[in-house]
Amino acid sequence: MQKNNAMPDQLNLFERVRYSIFPGTLQRPEYRERYRSFFNSLILHFRPHSVQQRTLRFTLTWGLGGMAVVLVFMLFATGLMLKFVYQPVPDRAYESIIHLQNNVHFGQLIRGIHHWSANILLIIVFLHFLRVFFSGAFYPPRQFNWIIGLAMFLSVLVSNITGYLLPWDQLAFWAITICTGMLEYVPGMGDWLQGLVRGGSDIGPATLSIFFAIHTAIIPACLLVLMPWHFWRVRNAGGLVIPRRPDEDLSSVDEKVPTIPNLILREIVVAVVLIAVVMVIAVLFNAPLETKANPGLSPNPTKAPWYFVGIQELLLHFHPLFALFIIPVVMLIALVSIPYLNYQTETAGVWFTSPKGRSMAVVAALVAIIVTPIGIVADEFIIDLAAWMPNIPGEISNGLIPFALMLTATFLFYKAMKKKFSSNNNEALQSVFVLLVVAFIVLTITGIWFRGLNMKLSLPGYY
Amino acid sequence: MPTKTKEKKSETEPTRRSFLNILWIALGGVTLAEFIAVAFAFLRPPRSKAIREKAETIVTAGAAERFRPNSVTAFVRGKFYLARLEDGGFLALSRTCTHLGCSVPWVEKEMKFACPCHGSAFDITGDVIDAPAPRALDIYPIAIENKILKVDIRKPIKRSSFRVDQVTYPKRKV
Repeated sequence: MQKNNAMPDQLNLFERVRYSIFPGTLQRPEYRERYRSFFNSLILHFRPHSVQQRTLRFTLTWGLGGMAVVLVFMLFATGLMLKFVYQPVPDRAYESIIHLQNNVHFGQLIRGIHHWSANILLIIVFLHFLRVFFSGAFYPPRQFNWIIGLAMFLSVLVSNITGYLLPWDQLAFWAITICTGMLEYVPGMGDWLQGLVRGGSDIGPATLSIFFAIHTAIIPACLLVLMPWHFWRVRNAGGLVIPRRPDEDLSSVDEKVPTIPNLILREIVVAVVLIAVVMVIAVLFNAPLETKANPGLSPNPTKAPWYFVGIQELLLHFHPLFALFIIPVVMLIALVSIPYLNYQTETAGVWFTSPKGRSMAVVAALVAIIVTPIGIVADEFIIDLAAWMPNIPGEISNGLIPFALMLTATFLFYKAMKKKFSSNNNEALQSVFVLLVVAFIVLTITGIWFRGLNMKLSLPGYY
Repeated sequence: MPTKTKEKKSETEPTRRSFLNILWIALGGVTLAEFIAVAFAFLRPPRSKAIREKAETIVTAGAAERFRPNSVTAFVRGKFYLARLEDGGFLALSRTCTHLGCSVPWVEKEMKFACPCHGSAFDITGDVIDAPAPRALDIYPIAIENKILKVDIRKPIKRSSFRVDQVTYPKRKV
C-alpha cells in the first residue's frame, strides 16, 4: 500500500498543493474510482439511487420542475449580485438602477437575466402546475405535495410582485399603486391590510423597505424550506408518477435504472439549454426601465403586472368585492381542495385521466375560448347590470348576481359534460378545471393586448 | 416495572408528568403567540400621530377672493385640489382616485377630473360621472381664518357622494 503513494518530496510545489486538496488523485486508478463513487454518493444524498425508467421520458415532466429549480438558483445568484448595487430608498433606487446599467460592468446583463428568469419562472411554474394536474400526480400519496407546490407558486408570485416595485420607475410605481389599491376592497380589514403592506397610507419609503425585505429575505427563505420539502415528498412517494396507458396495471412494473448517469445527465442537459436560452433573451432584450416614478402623474392606461392583468380584467366586469376578493378566494379554495375530493377512479399517471377525458378537455377549452371573449365584449357594450337595477346596491347588482350566474353556468356545464359524455366525475371535474384555466388565460390576454386608452377594448397597437 | 405502571396510568388519568408536559407545550404556545404578536406590532405602520407631528398638517391655501368661482386649483404639496363652486363655496378634494389610487388630473376644457388609469371621471364637486370609481373623491376639512383658507390634510374624509353640507362658504360681505 505504502509504496503506491508517490513520496511528497518527489513532487513539485504545484502538485503538492493539488494533492493536498484532492488526496484521492494521488492514488492509483482504482482508488480514484473510490473517490468518484464518494462524489456520486454526495449527489445521491439529493437524488435516489435508481429511478423508474419510464419516469425519465421527457414527455412526462417536460423538464419543468428541473427548469424551475435552475431558474430559482439563477435568480439567487443574480439577485445577490444586484444587492451589491441596488439602494432601496426612493431617492436613490432609480438612480442606482441607472448606475447599474450605465457604469457597472455587465450590470445591464445581470439585471436582464434576473428580470427574464423571474418572468420565465412564472410561466414554467404555471406549466408545471398544469402538467401535475393533467398527469394525475395529485392522488394519494402525493396529495400534500400539491399543497406545497401551490404555496411555492404563491411565493413566486409574491416575489415577482415585490420585485416589480424595486426599480421605482413609472411602470413599477403605478402598477404597485393599483395592486395595493386592490387590497382596499378586502371586506372588514381592507384599510388595515393596505396600511400593513404599504407601511402607511401612500406608497413611499416604507413601502420600498417592506417590499425589499420580502423580496430579498422572506421569499428566498420560504423557498429554501419549501423546495427541499417538495423534493423529499416526491422521493417519499417513490419517485415521480409513472406514466401509463389507461388500461395498464403498474403493480408488476419494475424497470429501475441507476440515477447516475441516466437522470443526472438529462437534468444537466435541460439546465444547460435553459441557461443558454435565458442568456440569449437577456442579451437581445433589455429589462424595461421607464422614467423615474412621479406620484403626481399616472400613465394612461395603468396596468398591473401581466400575471395580475387577468384579475384586473375581472375588475372591469364585477364589483371589486367579487373581482378582487370573493372570486380569487373561491378559486384558491378550489385549487387547494383538488387532491382531497372524492374521485370515482384513481388515474395517477394517465394523461387527461382517459382518452374520453382528453376529448372533454378539448371541448371545454373550445367553449372557454369562444364564450369568454363574447362575455367580455357583451359586458363592455351591452350589459350594464348596475344601470339596469339602479335601486339595488352595486355589490349585488354588479357582484352577487353575475357571480351567481357564473357559478350556475359552471355547474350546469359540469352536469352537461357528465351527461353528454356519460363520464365519471374525474373527467367532468377536469373539464371544469380546463374551462376555468382557459377563461383566465383569455382574460389575461385581453388585459395585456386588447386594453388601450382608459382601459377601453381596442386592437393591439391601435391606441 | 415501576415505569410500566406509570405509563398505564397516563393513558387513563393525568399524572404529574403528563400535566407538566401539557404545561410546557402550553407555555411554548404562549411564547410563540407573543413572538407573532410582537412581529405584527413591529410591522404595523407606526402611530400616525408621530408622523403627523413631523409632516405638514395644515396647508394655507390663501385668501378666498383669489379663487374664481367655478375653478379648480391644484396644490401639489398637499396632494389635493381646491375647487370653488359656482355659488362661491369651497371643497378640498383629494387627488387620489377612489377606484385603485391613481392620481387624477383636472381637465379644464371638459370641466371634469378624468382618471387616466381606468377611465373614471368626477365632476367639480368630486361626484362620480363615469364608473368604475365606486364613490366620490375624498375631501379634506377647510377652515377659514381671517378670510384665509386653511386645509387640514391629516386625514381624508371618505364619502359616497356629494352633499351640500360638505361645502365650506366664506362669510358673505354684509
